Amino acid sequence: MIELKQLTKTFVSDGGNVTALNNVSLYVPRGKIYGVIGSSGAGKSTLIRCVNLLETPSSGAVIVDGQDLMQLSKKALRQARHTMGMIFQHFNLLSSRTVFDNIALPLKLTEQSKVAIEATVAPLLTLTGLEDKRNHYPTQLSGGQKQRVAIARALASKPQVLLCDEATSALDPQTTSSILALLKDINRKLKITILMITHEMDVVKSICDQVAILSQGKLVEENTVEEFFVNPKTALARKFVRSATHEKPVSEIEHHLKQKPISGSRPVVRITFVGDTTNDPLITQTARACNVDFVVLQADIESVGNKRLGFLMVEILGDEQATKTALEYLKARLKVEVLGYVC
Amino acid sequence: MSANAWALLLQALWETLYMVAASGSLSFLLGIPLGILLYITRPGRISENHLANTCLASIVNAGRSIPFIILMVAIIPLTRLLTGTSIGTTAAIVPLTIAAIPFVARIAEGALNEVPLGLVEAAQSMGASPFQIVVRVLLPEARPGLINGMTIISVTLVSYSAMAGAIGGGGLGDLGIRYGYQRFDGAIMLATVIVLIALVQLIQAAGDRMQRFYDKNQ
Repeated sequence: MIELKQLTKTFVSDGGNVTALNNVSLYVPRGKIYGVIGSSGAGKSTLIRCVNLLETPSSGAVIVDGQDLMQLSKKALRQARHTMGMIFQHFNLLSSRTVFDNIALPLKLTEQSKVAIEATVAPLLTLTGLEDKRNHYPTQLSGGQKQRVAIARALASKPQVLLCDEATSALDPQTTSSILALLKDINRKLKITILMITHEMDVVKSICDQVAILSQGKLVEENTVEEFFVNPKTALARKFVRSATHEKPVSEIEHHLKQKPISGSRPVVRITFVGDTTNDPLITQTARACNVDFVVLQADIESVGNKRLGFLMVEILGDEQATKTALEYLKARLKVEVLGYVC
Repeated sequence: MSANAWALLLQALWETLYMVAASGSLSFLLGIPLGILLYITRPGRISENHLANTCLASIVNAGRSIPFIILMVAIIPLTRLLTGTSIGTTAAIVPLTIAAIPFVARIAEGALNEVPLGLVEAAQSMGASPFQIVVRVLLPEARPGLINGMTIISVTLVSYSAMAGAIGGGGLGDLGIRYGYQRFDGAIMLATVIVLIALVQLIQAAGDRMQRFYDKNQ
C-alpha cells in the first residue's frame, strides 16, 4: 500500500547539511498497522512527512496505492492527498470552527454538498464518540477529544491510508490507550492502512502488526511485532523491547554479574515465554525435575498483538550438575539467555 | 457655544466619519490582500517567492517611511487623477488610503503569522490548494487578530484625518486648528477634543466586541 524506496532527505542550510533520512526503504502492506519507532531526532517525523510529500525527499521514490507521488503534478498530488489522512501530535484543529466544521473541512475542500457533508460527518461523530460535542469549539475539548476530532477529520475524505505523526505523545496514558483502541477499531472496521511513528514502545506493542526502528536516519531493524519482541536483533531493538516490558536495564545488576562461572556461583538467566508457554507451569516443573530453586529477580507478562509474552529474570540455585541440567531442561522448551553469574 | 458652532461641529464630525470610513474600507480592501501576499511569498510558506517578497516588502516599507503630511502633498497629481480635484474631503481620502495600505498590509501579515503553521500543514495534508488554505484556514483563523489590527488602523486614521485640513479636507482636526487654535475659541477646541475622544472610544469598543465574538480561544 505504501512503499518507500531508497528514500534520502538532506536538509541544506548554512550551518551544514543534515541527513535526516539515509536510504530508507520500507513496505506497508494493505490493511496493516505499521509502526516506526525511534528516539528524538532519528528522522521519524521527516519519514512520515515524506509519505504525503509535506517534505520533498532529496532522492528515492514514494509509492502509495501504486502511484509514484513524486512524479505527480501539484494538482494530481492534491488529489492523491485526498486519499491519505494525517493526524498530528498537536492535533492542528482550526480554533475558529466547531467540531462539526473541523471534520467537514476536507469535504468542503472538494466542494461537496451540505447534504453529503452531513451524511459523512454524522457517522464519524458517532464512530469517534463525539456526538454531544458537535457544536463545541476545540478550546472546550480535552486533549483526547481533540485527537478524536482530528481522527474524524482525517477520515472524512474516506482515505485508504492514515498517517499518524506521534498521535498520542501529547496525551496521558489512559487517553493514549483509548485513542489507540479507536485507531485499531478504525483499522479493522474501515480496512484502513495505518502508518504511525512514535517514540513509545507501548504504542507499538498494543496495536501494531509490524515495526521498524529508525536510528540516525537509517532503518535499523524491521519485523513483525511478535518477532521483534521475542527476537530483537540489534542492541537498540533490545533496549526498546525492555522499555516496553518495564524491565530494569541489565546494566543495573551488571556490576554484580560475572561473565564466567566460578566454583559456587549461580547463573542469572532471562527467560522468554511466547504464546501458550505463558500458561505452562514450566518453572515449577523444572524445579521439581532438576532439583533446583529459583529466585525471581524480575518478571513481566505482556500482550503483544494477539499473543502473550512473558519475561522472567531468575537466579538458579542448586549444585553445579543440577543447575546445568535445569538450564538444558529450560532451553529445550523456552528461549533462555544466560546473562552472567553471581556468587 | 452658539448654534453656528454646533452646526460646524456636526459638519466636521460628518467629514471625519466620511474620511475615516472611506479610507478605512479602501485600505482594508487593498491592504489585506497585500498582507496575504507578503505572508505567502515568505521563504518556507505556501507560495514561497523570494523576489516577489523582497519587492513587496520594499514597497511597503517605503510607503510606511513617508510622513503623512508630505505624502499628502506629494501625491496631489494622483489625487487629482482619481477624484478630479486636489482639495476637499473626497480628495483627502486618496492620501489617507495610500498612507494606510502599507500599515494594513504589515498588520495583516502579523495577524497571519500568529496562525500556527501546523494548521497550514494539516490543510496541505488534506489536499488544500494555496487559495483554499488562505480562504478556509488562514483568514478565519487570523480573524480576531485582523479585527484587532483594523481597529488600530481606524483609530490611526482618525488622527491622520486631522491633518487633512492642509488640503482643505475639513473634519474635526481642521475645525480644532482653525477655530480653536487660530481664533482662540477655547469652547470649540474643547468640544472637538471631546468628540474625538468619544469617537476613538467608540471605534475601540466596537473593535473589541467584534474581536471577542470571533475569538473562540477564550
